[in-house]
Amino acid sequence: MRRRGVRKLVNNLMLAATGVCTLLTVSVLFVILGYLVWNGGKSIDWDFLTKLPLPQGQVGGGMANAIVGSAVMVGLAAVIGLPVGFLGGIYLAEFGNKAFASAVRYMADLLNGVPSIVIGVFAWTVVVAPMHSFSALAGGFALSLMLIPIALRSTEQFLLGVPRSLREGALALGAPQWKMVATVVVPAAMRGILTGMILGVARIAGETAPLLFTALNNQYWPTGLNQPVAALPVMIFTHAMSPFDDWHRQAWAAGLVLLAMVLITNITARWVLSRGTAVQKG
Amino acid sequence: MSAPAIAVKPKRRVWSGDQSARLLTLVFAASVLLVTVLLISQLWQSSGPSRAKFGLHFFAGTNWDPVAGDFGALPFVYGTLLTSVLALLISVPLGVGAAIFLAELAPPKWADACTFLVELLAAVPSVIYGLLGAFTIVPLLRDYVEPFLKSTLGEVPGVGVLFRGPALGFGYLAAGVVLAVMTFPFIISISRESLLEVPRDQREAALALGATRWESTSQVVVPYARLGILGSIFLGLARALGETMAVTMVIGNDPNIHASLLASGYTIAAVIANEFTEAVGKLYQSSLVELGLVLFLITIIINALARLLVMATRGKGTGTAA
Repeated sequence: MRRRGVRKLVNNLMLAATGVCTLLTVSVLFVILGYLVWNGGKSIDWDFLTKLPLPQGQVGGGMANAIVGSAVMVGLAAVIGLPVGFLGGIYLAEFGNKAFASAVRYMADLLNGVPSIVIGVFAWTVVVAPMHSFSALAGGFALSLMLIPIALRSTEQFLLGVPRSLREGALALGAPQWKMVATVVVPAAMRGILTGMILGVARIAGETAPLLFTALNNQYWPTGLNQPVAALPVMIFTHAMSPFDDWHRQAWAAGLVLLAMVLITNITARWVLSRGTAVQKG
Repeated sequence: MSAPAIAVKPKRRVWSGDQSARLLTLVFAASVLLVTVLLISQLWQSSGPSRAKFGLHFFAGTNWDPVAGDFGALPFVYGTLLTSVLALLISVPLGVGAAIFLAELAPPKWADACTFLVELLAAVPSVIYGLLGAFTIVPLLRDYVEPFLKSTLGEVPGVGVLFRGPALGFGYLAAGVVLAVMTFPFIISISRESLLEVPRDQREAALALGATRWESTSQVVVPYARLGILGSIFLGLARALGETMAVTMVIGNDPNIHASLLASGYTIAAVIANEFTEAVGKLYQSSLVELGLVLFLITIIINALARLLVMATRGKGTGTAA
């Protein structure tokens, strides 16, 4: 048996060490935020938001086409991915039989864990290779594959949070199951479901790897869904890896725009959910 | 089905509302299965030429030469495993330590706020980690940390091999550090959850026996939650193995195996990201797809293990054995 003093010392030391771990990990967020605001803040200007990129090495220009391109592809992914995730989530929560629903659930979790670069390779094999062209369509498709499992699981989770009494009330009034789901359960969970979807969209908006060889890149404004298109995260990558100082400056600016978008959506979502009453927190 | 004695035959409708609603949602749910199956079969088919030519030798080959048409995956597999292990060596002690503090010591309100801040880190896009890694961590390593490691640990016989060569900044060590930052949010948030699921009487029993706070935590609470903590580590590992952008931007892109942690390397995800668009020829392309297939299989297996582990602790916490 060790002496009491030693044990107390070990106790205090180890507890202090865990505190230091917490301090270190939490402070990383502020370091990231500080660096991006510092470097991005002095680089961001009106040109960055409204002009096309200039050829390599020239000073000036912006990433307006990449902002539009990102919006197009994220929109496309939302149009494909959100309905699939939403309806699939309703099946899991309301209609699913046990074995099949848990198979779907498990697959969705696995799909969610697939590295984004592999999703890119897959989208390349099924869209880019047959069409013989990099395109916004392929990029949007790749992003939608990442969105589906997120939307599916969050929809299911919020539907399951709806109290049983509401369902029983609707059924007791003689509503068939589909009517109960459509007019009582889904509206009750709508706030949570929408928040989950917005979080999912914010997450895929920052993805780079699935776009590298589906949407590729483009110097100019997007002209059609079957054309290669620029995206903000891809621009950060290509600009940061280039040897030009002015491109580095723009990469920081783009990073700031992207991070601001992600943090604002996440914090707002958290706030909306914490005010939720009928629905459980996610 | 046995019919009731006085059976009024129900009106026959081809599709009742419930049936069609069920069918409609079922189709969309099933599409998840379909996508997963299609993904595996596409990767398998598109990697055909490479599998036919190299077979299992693909994983033993150390030569990656697109011009000569010779493709060996070992440097990439090595780089992927090495960077992920390095990341976990840093993030596991930090993450588990922080999780213990947030679950056991901090007042709940503060702990929730801190956990939220840490979870925000998981939402930061990986290209931003790459940006910060390339412009802050790499210079920091090159100018201060790596020269220091070389002059101290590099002189020690044995371990010294790991810390020799020029201090470039870009390399295995930089990738490991960036990945550590990207994995600890997962480790903290899930480990904390499993620690919180440990019943209160476990702690109280240990304290009543005269254990200090730390002894109760380290000898009772942590062992009780060990499966969940292990699960969180596996989830972090899966993320580290599959991470692309952040690693691509700091690893240095050198398709050779180096013993030194300071040297430049390459990972599976990074080589796909860099070379896929320029890959001409069926063999080159299919070799890259095969790398993707390998990455997919590794992460799927680790993810599946992680989920089983986390599920097992949840079951234990609520008393319904899984």
